[in-house]
Amino acid sequence: MAEKKKKLLQGNEACVEGAIYAGCRFYAGYPITPSTEIMEGMSVRLPKLGGKFIQMEDEIGGIAAALGGSLAGLKSMTATSGPGFSLKQECIGYACLTEIPLVIVDVMRGGPSTGYPTGPSQSDIMQAKWGTHGDHPVIAVTPSTVPEILTETVRAFNLAEQFRTPVMVLYDEILGHMREPVTIPSPGELLVEDRAKPECKPEDYHPYDDKFLIAPLAPFGSGYRFHVTGLNHKQDGFPTNDSKIIRENNERIMRKVHINRESIWKNEEVMLDDAEVAIFTIGSTARSARFAVNELRKSGIKAGLLRPLTIWPFPDRAVAELSNRVKAIIVPEMNLGQMTLEVERCAKGRCAVEGLFRVDGEPITPSQIFHEVRKYL
Amino acid sequence: MSERYEIRFSGSGGQGMILAGIIMAEAAAIYGDKNAVQSQSYGPESRGGASKAEVIISHGPIDYPKATAIDCMLAMTQEACTKYHGDIKSGGILLVDSEEVKTVPKGDFKVLSFPIIGTAREELGKTIVANIISLGMIAELTGVVTHEAVEKAVLSRVPPAFLDLNKKALQIGFEKAKMLK
Repeated sequence: MAEKKKKLLQGNEACVEGAIYAGCRFYAGYPITPSTEIMEGMSVRLPKLGGKFIQMEDEIGGIAAALGGSLAGLKSMTATSGPGFSLKQECIGYACLTEIPLVIVDVMRGGPSTGYPTGPSQSDIMQAKWGTHGDHPVIAVTPSTVPEILTETVRAFNLAEQFRTPVMVLYDEILGHMREPVTIPSPGELLVEDRAKPECKPEDYHPYDDKFLIAPLAPFGSGYRFHVTGLNHKQDGFPTNDSKIIRENNERIMRKVHINRESIWKNEEVMLDDAEVAIFTIGSTARSARFAVNELRKSGIKAGLLRPLTIWPFPDRAVAELSNRVKAIIVPEMNLGQMTLEVERCAKGRCAVEGLFRVDGEPITPSQIFHEVRKYL
Repeated sequence: MSERYEIRFSGSGGQGMILAGIIMAEAAAIYGDKNAVQSQSYGPESRGGASKAEVIISHGPIDYPKATAIDCMLAMTQEACTKYHGDIKSGGILLVDSEEVKTVPKGDFKVLSFPIIGTAREELGKTIVANIISLGMIAELTGVVTHEAVEKAVLSRVPPAFLDLNKKALQIGFEKAKMLK
């Protein structure tokens, strides 16, 4: 076997590699800075692999077509940034209720509105959770390095297929555009999950069969005929006004993610064992935090880092446990306090929680974090 | 922090500063035995405006991807020089294009002024390779990557028809920098 080759890849290029590795064979979208390189990459790669790439008329068309691709049986993806993510929200809700697996990448730039297209931000944390209306399950992964964008994109596909639900990959412009050495994993090196297919005869098939927590999804056009609607529906997919079925279905789509949260959560802990002050952050800000932790340790300060790679469902338990054993949790984020509120909710007053915010299109620096931590010692 | 070697390439959008940064990172991490992270910042314009690319080189993991204390900075325009020179560390190097940068900033760093774009124009007839000349100069001045590594990195990034031109540009960069040292 040839020696695996290390390449210098941009974050967005690593996302393409991850999608291809996971078996994504359908992409539809609309270009927007700072996510466009994902679309460009997919347009080059997919046709060579027998996949399909479509540039749609806008972001709404992009996600709608990707949902169609997924229903037809292909692992599908769309990518965008803040303003486009807003446009996709209606279809994200549709995917949650109709239980269509899909990966949506949001490379976060400054907002609100058109905002600062070439500047980094982490201000779509809450949009990822609550951008679409109604109670709905949300899974969002948050890589922090270029190699991790590849592996977390693979994980996003696995979660989407496993739970029949849209999964978001959230990272900021710095990660999207920066380059790091990446070794592309060999086939079989990373786990790749495929969606469950029905074992019953087509005439017995129900797309929302209530024998299952997550029913198998037949590819449209494979002889299994079924109905899909954004209305509350019965197990055969047709609309219903039956309040019992409506309640059960609404609760079930939440429950399928909630009861499996431990297998969805993924955290990295850096020097937390004896930490007196902890930092909680994601993405490129976690890189600043790690740098700061190393510097703080050199000057004898017991600092540590809790870095979630799954931000939704929120790592409630990890934060709650941490709040019992540190004086303070510092939450640096490139927004005005979206994660800080969640950390406060989980810490329940057991330790101080302090946000460190930045919304000028510049990264939070290691020295900003260094000085914030020192205030608590 | 001393394990980090930080380089900033700055100029105007379209001058190939980001490409220079990518090639430097590849020279270090793909064709050399070090780790490297390349990042960039630019405005909404596709041409013009101040643009910069940064490369952090280290033997170990690199956390913060942006420059903190710059070992070597290149400035190809006055605007970029004025805007971006503030992070050069004490004892660092500032290499400027002498025809473009007339007001050289003062600081506790070494300033090297050389007509990079003029050399590209006069010796190679193409100003477009000024970024490759500057890459050769920086490799020679800093020694952070070997000549072989940077040559391999340049040649893997340029179209076949321009291999000779870029190879020559790089050699010119090495030689001119030797005279400046």
